[in-house]
Amino acid sequence: MRYAIVLAACLAAPLQVAAQERVVVAGSALSEITAALGQTHRLVGRDQTSTYPAEIEALPDLGYLRALSAEGLLSLNPDLILADADAGPPETMDLVASTEIPVVRITADFTAEGVIERIAEVGQALSVDPAPLQAEVQASFDALAEARAAHPPLRAMFILTAQGGQITAAGSDTAAEGILHLAGAQNALQGFSGYRQITDEAITNAAPDVLVMMERTGDHSLEDADLQSHAALSLTPAVRDGRVIRMEGSYLLGFGPRTPDAALQLLHAMWE
Amino acid sequence: MIAAFLPRPLAASGDRSRPAQLLLLALLVLLLLTSAVSLAVGAADVSPLNVLGAWLSGEEISIRERVILFDIRLPRMLTGLVIGAALAVSGAVLQGLFRNPLADPGLVGISAGAGLGAVSAIVLGSALPATIAAAAGFYLVPIAAFLGGWVTVLCLYRIATRAGQTSVATMLLAGIALAALASAGTGVLVTLADDAQLRDLTFWGLGSLAGASWVKLLSAAPIMLAGLACAPLLTRALNALALGEAAAMHLGISVQRIKALAILSVAASVGAAVAISGGIGFVGIVVPHLLRLAIGPDHRFLLPASALLGATLLLAADIAARTIVAPAELPIGIITALVGGPVFLWILLRKRGLVDV
Repeated sequence: MRYAIVLAACLAAPLQVAAQERVVVAGSALSEITAALGQTHRLVGRDQTSTYPAEIEALPDLGYLRALSAEGLLSLNPDLILADADAGPPETMDLVASTEIPVVRITADFTAEGVIERIAEVGQALSVDPAPLQAEVQASFDALAEARAAHPPLRAMFILTAQGGQITAAGSDTAAEGILHLAGAQNALQGFSGYRQITDEAITNAAPDVLVMMERTGDHSLEDADLQSHAALSLTPAVRDGRVIRMEGSYLLGFGPRTPDAALQLLHAMWE
Repeated sequence: MIAAFLPRPLAASGDRSRPAQLLLLALLVLLLLTSAVSLAVGAADVSPLNVLGAWLSGEEISIRERVILFDIRLPRMLTGLVIGAALAVSGAVLQGLFRNPLADPGLVGISAGAGLGAVSAIVLGSALPATIAAAAGFYLVPIAAFLGGWVTVLCLYRIATRAGQTSVATMLLAGIALAALASAGTGVLVTLADDAQLRDLTFWGLGSLAGASWVKLLSAAPIMLAGLACAPLLTRALNALALGEAAAMHLGISVQRIKALAILSVAASVGAAVAISGGIGFVGIVVPHLLRLAIGPDHRFLLPASALLGATLLLAADIAARTIVAPAELPIGIITALVGGPVFLWILLRKRGLVDV
């Protein structure tokens, strides 16, 4: 019986062109796409940010995306590594590549087209047809576009952290600005890229209609009372009109298959 | 009866060379054992003995085993060894030179200067002309750290030297001022940094041997070894300096030359160490203190023993850093501070008056 299975496996092998069965994933969007493609069973490890869906959390955790350990990666005996553009450090990625384990870097582009492209790249790396998932996600993006067309654009500001009252907000080339655009809002902050600490005067100048934040526990989050008592924020139309939205971080900023839903939820919250 | 109250003969309490020689031997054995464990242990299940056996019997070694053993664990073990020795000896030399038990590479501004160099490279590196950035590659941060440490020490030395005489007290105080300046510069750069750069800064600041590679080791180890090689030249002079500068001069020590040699060798060792591993604290201060408790202040034994124990402790801390949360890693600075802090407090409590000298 066992021989029959082995024989069958040998015969089947050439058909499935060298499908890798021990995949390590580094990047939350990539693990979500892998799961949405129904390939969770092939994963053997993940980075710290990959926590959705919940079954992935049981996998060995390789630590922070940008500080992966070479021996840690190799210890999982992977035959394929799916890595986000941010995964590193470069020394680790070079060492791993020198063992001839394929490392596939997936591009990061914070647009609807970027998400569809990522799904294609992950599907190709895993030798799975990405078309059904792409079509499904594209349909959600189309529905989102319709919802977006029904409203005039708002000016929104994304607050990453607020330690000690010092606001760190999102500029251009960020996942946060990407999701604001998808939800039909403009970034009220212009003129810098990445996440930066900004001054109180810049906040009053920006005068956002909406504030968007990640919902989390600990000292990073700003409660409504904190917003009211923050000199600069309390002057913004957003706080005055109570348009403050908090959403779960990896859902909001992941740029994976759940992104159209996240953007739609954000859009509805803005126009509630 | 009365004899018990008389001071014991100097020979009995002062000559500790036999126990010191035994301790050196014991430390050497301990270091060899730790090195072996460091090669044998890790996140991946690869045994050096099996690989050696396979190699001897002519079997083929898999690429994975070869990379883990020879490109990850071996350079990392050697890097830990050299850095641990360099940091501990630097601490012992500075404490002898300044005749101050608190002297540490962190205090005289070397680490802060090297830190400023590294942070500058991380934050401003992207603004460099593409040709320079491409040529420097991964090594931009280490090179900048090394230069930062050296420039700080050269400034320190210039400030403290007047009419050919270097004032040790001025050097210590100016070191604190330069460290504050360097930290201020680092602070300015941190506010300029974006989120991704901030994450890099945090990981770099806590120190790690994770980036160890042959290229880094071969570029930094000769500098650290040169620094370490100066130590034997310093032992007699540092012993004499314990009596005071004037007494040392009367004993025929060229005090000015010794100061220059000591501070420059320390700057080379620490600059190179910070350059490849980030800021690893506490090794330079805890190791010499522990050893003085055991073998006394004689630098002939203190310096080699510091090298051996420093290397052993750093290797042990690294083994912990890369196995506790495997397959992820902890920054090694967390481990050395977690172990070093309490040990240092214990030394203080055991030996009150240590800082009141």
